[in-house]
Amino acid sequence: MTPQITPDDILSVQNISKRFDVSEPFLNRVLERRPRRILTAVNDISFDVPRGKTFAVVGESGCGKSTVARLLMGLHTPSGGTIRFEGDDITRMPPGKPAALRRRMQMIFQDPYASLNPRWRVRDIIGEPLKNFGICKNNAEVTREVEKLLSQVGLNPADAKKFPHEFSGGQRQRLSIARALTTRPELLICDEPTSALDVSVQSQILNLMKDLQDEFNMSYIFISHDLAVVWYMADVLAVMYLGKIVEVGPKEEIFGNPQHPYTRLLMETVPKLTVGGSERVPVAGEVPNPISPPSGCAFHPRCPMANDTCRSVAPALNLREGGQKSACHAADEERLKPWLRMAAE
Amino acid sequence: MSNFMPMLYAFWDSDITYSFRKSRVAVISALVLLAIFLTAIFAPSLAPQDPFNIAELDLFDSELPPAWVEGGSAAYLLGTDTQARDVLSSIMYGMRISLLVGFASVILAAVMGVALGLLGGFLGGIVDAVLMRIADVLLSFPPILVALLINGVLRSALPSSAQAESALIVLILSIGLTNWVQYARTVRGSTMVERRKEYIEAARTLGTGKLAIMIKHILPNVLGPVLVIATINLGMAVLTEATLSFLGVGMPPTQPSLGTLIQIGNEFLFSGIWWVVVFPAAVLAILVLAVNLLGDWLRDALNPKLR
Repeated sequence: MTPQITPDDILSVQNISKRFDVSEPFLNRVLERRPRRILTAVNDISFDVPRGKTFAVVGESGCGKSTVARLLMGLHTPSGGTIRFEGDDITRMPPGKPAALRRRMQMIFQDPYASLNPRWRVRDIIGEPLKNFGICKNNAEVTREVEKLLSQVGLNPADAKKFPHEFSGGQRQRLSIARALTTRPELLICDEPTSALDVSVQSQILNLMKDLQDEFNMSYIFISHDLAVVWYMADVLAVMYLGKIVEVGPKEEIFGNPQHPYTRLLMETVPKLTVGGSERVPVAGEVPNPISPPSGCAFHPRCPMANDTCRSVAPALNLREGGQKSACHAADEERLKPWLRMAAE
Repeated sequence: MSNFMPMLYAFWDSDITYSFRKSRVAVISALVLLAIFLTAIFAPSLAPQDPFNIAELDLFDSELPPAWVEGGSAAYLLGTDTQARDVLSSIMYGMRISLLVGFASVILAAVMGVALGLLGGFLGGIVDAVLMRIADVLLSFPPILVALLINGVLRSALPSSAQAESALIVLILSIGLTNWVQYARTVRGSTMVERRKEYIEAARTLGTGKLAIMIKHILPNVLGPVLVIATINLGMAVLTEATLSFLGVGMPPTQPSLGTLIQIGNEFLFSGIWWVVVFPAAVLAILVLAVNLLGDWLRDALNPKLR
């Protein structure tokens, strides 16, 4: 497969995988004759992130969303595949290196209570990348820059002297955003940035992120399990299931006309605020164990459309009418449409 | 200095000082320790006699009982030993040596333990495995045995002429090298918890190097328990020093610590000269008790679950 880098894509990921060895210690394994256990968190996925847009990744817990984010930032080393940022291969680069490239991509973490060092003052937390990447020459410059960033994310410049515990969850996430903005990144990876926040605070943070995206012309990779949040933020959407992308394409198509039974069932789980609305069918069953994933299509044990092909052959991502791609034998074999129509009624 | 008074008030009003003021045991222990420390520091000007200055010793005054016992002299409050040295002065000077060895070995053990614990906990893998196996081996022997072993090795490595002068250093090394394990295990445990937190991942993505992450990010977050261990360990270190000196492998009689004084006194105990051994032993017991009580209070005060 040749990497197709169009000038419109800021990041291109080709066939990336991440396998974790979760075997027991060597001695136990030998003595108790247990096999090695390999957890495939991300299984051979490819996607491109369009410049200036928001690329959202949704999926249930444990489907590999956060692992994708960590792979992109270099916090995990991929087991295979390549990651290109602006055409440069950063697949096996450690986090923060090479500095010239890494400062152009930053990350916002999920838990605002764990992602800020409790013993550091705000000025030092936000000033850390300024010093590491040599953006500011001296301390006075760092202080000035930190105060500017604080007001940009809607906090008081005087907050620079405080410690993280003096802030609320939403304010802490603003600090996290300010820290990510220090290097003027072109790509911001957001790993469930609002899932730890109250609903009322979530919208403030999301609006701030949208405003900043317009102001600095940033591209976002937005990882979430909350479909309402994704609908608000995304331009392009990828649905992940058990380490695989099952459907990817423009947000409107995926929400309006899903071409994978899993996407369809996921959409069903969103509560609708209409009185006496149709009964919701929850996605039946549990997510299978990623250590021993099902054969063929990983979704087949929970899929109402599964047949023998689904149980034996893994489906490929194929282009559908609406412009999205989905990995589904039922869609390939034209069995999906009648079911979707039936489910809608 | 306009904000000095509010800062002082904030300190006075903080949780830890409040808990201190409310604990009578802690206040008394702290006062006793303060008195002992001050006496030790200013011993040369406080002591009635310099027990190491032979010119000041008068052999006619040897083996005098304490002042309140019949035959005692007001000049020698706690009596004198067989060489006419004032017991009170010897204790004051002995405390200096005991406390010096105690503090120095605690600092050595803490610095070494914290550094090795950080390394093992952060790097994991083979470094961690090797360090922890060494720690396990050290922990499987009684500490005094390990200290004796290190002490013996160090002493035999030195020429016999240098042994008297280097006794202090040898003691500090042997006690310090015995006690680092506790710090290392504690710090390793908290380091392994901290390094999984998101702020460490954030620092890595922001280009902070491994060493800087260990020292600037993790270290401040794992130092809390170290303070408690160090306090309790000070008592242990003073006791270990006394034991080694009592066994004759510590400070020489020309430079006696509390342990050496007890050892010297012990030889004359059955000839009725009880004061030479009882008073140094009592001071040692009071010192260690005060340190331990203060350490216990500190452990509880810093434990949020017991507040």
